[in-house]
Amino acid sequence: MSTFLGMPGLPGLPGPSGPVGTAGPRATERGTLRGGRTFPAAARTALADGQLRRNLGHATATIRAKRAAVVAELPDWEALRDAGSAVKADVLARLPELLEQLEANVTARGGVVHWARDADEANRIVVDLVRAVGTRTGSPVDRVVKVKSMATQEIGLNEALADAGIAAVETDLAELIVQLGHDTPSHILVPAIHRNRAEIREIFLREMPGVDPGLTDDPRVLAMAARTHLRRTFLAARVAVSGANFGIAETGTLAVVESEGNGRMCLTLPETLITVMGIEKLLPTWRDLEVFLQLLPRSSTGERMNPYTSMWTGVTPGDGPQDVHLVLLDNGRTAALADPAGRQALHCIRCSACLNVCPVYERAGGHAYGSVYPGPIGAVLTPQLAGMHGHGDPVDSLPYASSLCGACFDACPVKIDIPSMLVHLRSVHVEGERARRRLPTPEAAAMRAAATVLSSERLWTASGRALGAGRLLARGGRIAAPLPFPLSRWTSSRDLPEPPAETFRQWWARTRGDRRPGGAGSAR
Amino acid sequence: MTAPSAREEVLARIRTALGTAPGSVAEPATVPRGYVRGSVHAPGSAALLDLLAERLLDYRAEVVRCTPADLAGTVAGALALRRAACLARHPEHPVGFAVPAGLDPGWLARTAPPLLVDSPDRPLPVAALDEAAGVVTGCAVAVAETGTLVLDGTAPCGRRVLTLVPDHHLVVVHAGQVVGTVPEAVARLDPRRPLTWISGPSATSDIELDRVEGVHGPRALVVVLVEPGPVEPGA
Repeated sequence: MSTFLGMPGLPGLPGPSGPVGTAGPRATERGTLRGGRTFPAAARTALADGQLRRNLGHATATIRAKRAAVVAELPDWEALRDAGSAVKADVLARLPELLEQLEANVTARGGVVHWARDADEANRIVVDLVRAVGTRTGSPVDRVVKVKSMATQEIGLNEALADAGIAAVETDLAELIVQLGHDTPSHILVPAIHRNRAEIREIFLREMPGVDPGLTDDPRVLAMAARTHLRRTFLAARVAVSGANFGIAETGTLAVVESEGNGRMCLTLPETLITVMGIEKLLPTWRDLEVFLQLLPRSSTGERMNPYTSMWTGVTPGDGPQDVHLVLLDNGRTAALADPAGRQALHCIRCSACLNVCPVYERAGGHAYGSVYPGPIGAVLTPQLAGMHGHGDPVDSLPYASSLCGACFDACPVKIDIPSMLVHLRSVHVEGERARRRLPTPEAAAMRAAATVLSSERLWTASGRALGAGRLLARGGRIAAPLPFPLSRWTSSRDLPEPPAETFRQWWARTRGDRRPGGAGSAR
Repeated sequence: MTAPSAREEVLARIRTALGTAPGSVAEPATVPRGYVRGSVHAPGSAALLDLLAERLLDYRAEVVRCTPADLAGTVAGALALRRAACLARHPEHPVGFAVPAGLDPGWLARTAPPLLVDSPDRPLPVAALDEAAGVVTGCAVAVAETGTLVLDGTAPCGRRVLTLVPDHHLVVVHAGQVVGTVPEAVARLDPRRPLTWISGPSATSDIELDRVEGVHGPRALVVVLVEPGPVEPGA
């Protein structure tokens, strides 16, 4: 693709290939993908929080070092990435038949498969299933245990369950910290990454009934407090809700990758298990797991292998849940699939390596993105799932939340070219704005003015002379004073270098007389 | 005409997005598989056993190595230590170990009762597992490179809940079960069985990305690694 670096209005710009999203509507708006403020506004608040920046800096530096060490151990890492990327591309190309195959295999093994067009439908299915357990057993279910899952966060399932009078208990330690702190997640893998041990201790002391008042902030002690807090809940749970890291079409097997054992508790102890899985989480064959079980743990927690991975295929008589459901979720995924330049975002296996290496994420933190999917992958996934609506829509600001440094691309275990996609989405956004507005955007106006100047030698020479006036504002090599509006929009977050004493053309004229620079001119 | 079901509609949306006709089936892509499939070391070789032990220790699991001849004694010794620790904390509690009914009785020949036997027709209640001093199982396959043990619900592994609720898990791994790489392990496993891949004791990295062992799963993982050697007399 041609490189488009966010400068709107240039002729010859490839526009979006048809209206994005003809294949399916965007995600249902539940506030989980669309924040209240644009990224720059939210980031400004986050950047002012010194504690947050220290917490994030410490955590991301730790995980980056761990990941680098275990990735370096594998001489075939690049070959694994190539295989992972090819498998995911194959999944999308054959999505209808692979989904049907998965459905047939899950059903053949005693599981029940449900399809959900959007978040509301998925939530309704889950609520109905939980209520049905109550009806069947004659004793209503008032709480479910949950394994950490991005899909259920995306659809706002906990809120939907709460509306139906069903408490959803998050059992992953970081999710529990977020839930007890009445907070929102800020990282795909470690939702409480923005909290340090002292803050976590305070949340536990405040919110955990019956917690030892002598609780220290030793991570080991905090983990033990979570164990004690959740133990009874696990052992009494009747319904669990999970996501899935992988669904194997060939066998109907679902897999959940975790660390603490809370996943195993949820997947093993309750009688009913409801799994909500995005339609893109498929793998065609059992053998494909040999690739992803190497890529995912090393990329996410920086471990050779995560402590626990559970795999189940429908119902196993006498072992684990006997009432097993799978909800296949679209919620904007087919809209993303419709854009050939954007569908790569659906390759994502939610490892969060791109967040940990991103200089923007490391400083601004996850909340600034306003979406359950923050960081570089969130900046490309969220606009595609939720759509960019214009008129100052916070989602529109996400493709710009990047310096395009490319660290995310290098870290991605399935080689998602996030920088190119960001550039593509910027172009989609600019074209959308152009179509929506009667008046040109400031960028478009500026570019049009630039085009006029650049195509006239007289104006160009004059502008070079005018530039010299800028030296009057310069101190120490750059323009010190903020420029007046609208130029202040540029200088508020960027340094403007001091204009040179003379332009190239002035230098040429001074040193070579009036001979014209350029190929034909200098040959004369 | 009835409205299309969610299933029909989602599938139709995908086909529209991909520009494919209903009922058309694409050829599977050829996936480049240039990665390492098998280890340079043969399954069960000394090099792999050393690597597995090293990886498990890195996860802060406990590793005890023995020969087939002293397996029963080694298991008994490890369980006696655990029993003593439990009695020291709760002298009034009975300390029994849960075992799947299909476990080789030879492994426990020298272990003092009581044993809580879990069988499909007489499953142990969760409360009993919660009070057990620990659980003893075998495994299906072990991956040296990643320090992983896979349990597959066959007789020596038992039901999944068995190795989850007790706080102490002793796994017997025979040399022949140890492969080098993840692809070798995947090839040995049957996906129709419920599988649990275990790499060290329960752990979390959720607080400041520091790994801390011991959350909801067994906080202690003891691996008895049985190396080739003389068999127990009379076994």
